[in-house]
Amino acid sequence: MPMILDWGACVLRQAIENLGNRTLEGVWRIGYATRFFLAILLHSGTAFRRFGLTIREMYFSGVLSLIIILVSGLFVGMVLGLQGYETLQTYGSEEALGILVALSLVRELGPVVAALLFASRAGSAITAEIGLMKATEQLSAMEMMAVDPIARVVAPRFWAGVISMPLLAALFSATGIFGGYLVGVQLIGVDEGSFWSQMRSAVDFEQDILNGVIKSVVFGVAITAIALYEGYDAPPTAEGVSGATTRTVVASSLAVLALDFVLTAFMFRGLN
Amino acid sequence: MQNDNLVEIEDVAFGYGDRLVLKGINLTAKRGQVIAIMGSSGCGKTTLLRLIGGQIKPGQGEVRVAGESLSQLNQRSLYRLRRKMGMLFQFGALFTDMSVFDNVAFQLREHTDLPEDAIRDLVLMKLHAVGLRGAAQMMPSELSGGMARRVALARAIALEPALVMFDEPFAGLDPISLGVTGNLIRRLTDTLGLTSLVVTHDVQESLKIVDYVYFVSEGVIVAEGTADDILASDLPYVHQFVHGEADGPVPFHYPAPPYADDLGLGRLRA
Repeated sequence: MPMILDWGACVLRQAIENLGNRTLEGVWRIGYATRFFLAILLHSGTAFRRFGLTIREMYFSGVLSLIIILVSGLFVGMVLGLQGYETLQTYGSEEALGILVALSLVRELGPVVAALLFASRAGSAITAEIGLMKATEQLSAMEMMAVDPIARVVAPRFWAGVISMPLLAALFSATGIFGGYLVGVQLIGVDEGSFWSQMRSAVDFEQDILNGVIKSVVFGVAITAIALYEGYDAPPTAEGVSGATTRTVVASSLAVLALDFVLTAFMFRGLN
Repeated sequence: MQNDNLVEIEDVAFGYGDRLVLKGINLTAKRGQVIAIMGSSGCGKTTLLRLIGGQIKPGQGEVRVAGESLSQLNQRSLYRLRRKMGMLFQFGALFTDMSVFDNVAFQLREHTDLPEDAIRDLVLMKLHAVGLRGAAQMMPSELSGGMARRVALARAIALEPALVMFDEPFAGLDPISLGVTGNLIRRLTDTLGLTSLVVTHDVQESLKIVDYVYFVSEGVIVAEGTADDILASDLPYVHQFVHGEADGPVPFHYPAPPYADDLGLGRLRA
């Protein structure tokens, strides 16, 4: 009997220890990530003083993402044109197609889909690059040369991502609207005048466009911060870097969708 | 009066987690000398270099470089001190997104306000010293292992440091590159007045160029002396190491249960 009791106590103790360990590890990681994020902000001076470094990273994460963003934007807009027309036609209000396409894009699809694409295109690349720089001791070498890798490597990539994201989202929305126009007006034959004029009268700069831009800036911060953290924290092995890259895409996509819900709840509450 | 020793390590212990890697190391490096730190793989040699570079802090004891105790420095002072140090990583650790030229120019651009044409001259001089002036525009991916190591050496001496640390400079090199690298370390140490710390397990190559050798095993210094002392040493560990014997104080077999038990022979016999 006492043996069974001993065994039970042992299992229970193990379970509690595991729980404690995981909690401690979780708290430790949150603390580490927060310190990492603060260090980026603290060392952001270099990213602006030597803006060339940031521009260079904007080329890699922003300009090189253009193709996927523009093509996706065009197709999403075209699909919106087709689907929107089908639905609106039922109520005899095809002219409102311009409103539907534009509002869907600038409020939601532009920032969110562009952010998801950015996370998988640029976020994964950032994580893999930083992770490999760490694995091949380039970051250590930089530290030994008295250059802080956070200031020289991490901060410029962070700000490049934060600046690129809203620009990409805007381009996504613009090509999407053009795609909707191609399908709705040119292919199906919705009246061109009402397509554009209804859009212009219904889309509000502050409520719709500015809120969309704010969303995409927040997404930019989240994605690049996650990508940089995962890369910097990656175990310096092949599996470590590949695991970190996967985590970046998964975590930043989920973060974008969750943040989108929260931001939408605050921004568009009570709007008609 | 200037201290004769550039690096002084006193009773330093360090561990990763619960595993103690260094257990009380004492070591000094005199200015102008090439010092080798030898020992088998995983004995804590690289850890020792990282301690001297201030990348990790010792759990016990003191590391002094140029008279300054590293554990008492804040990050700014540590970075100031690191400008006097160069480090050659095992596989070069060149920045893969920059050309050979930009790699060597990196510190000059980060730490000095020199005009670009002066930087160009300095970089070409350093590259010439390692025989790779002609490779200035190549990318690191186009270099062989030996060339990458030499570029990294040019980069490490770009700011004319007082101390250069070499982490396994001979690992994975062909015989020609091996000789070239060894000679370079000796020649640069003498001409630039450097102090070189070479972490290595390549006995033959390093004994040709070093002034003094420390042997590390099990986290402590087990032997020290000049190259001749080491060659003549009759300490079992040093003898095994220098002559590359398969068995000795460092056993061939990783600790394991008796062979017969593992094969199930013990049970049969019973």
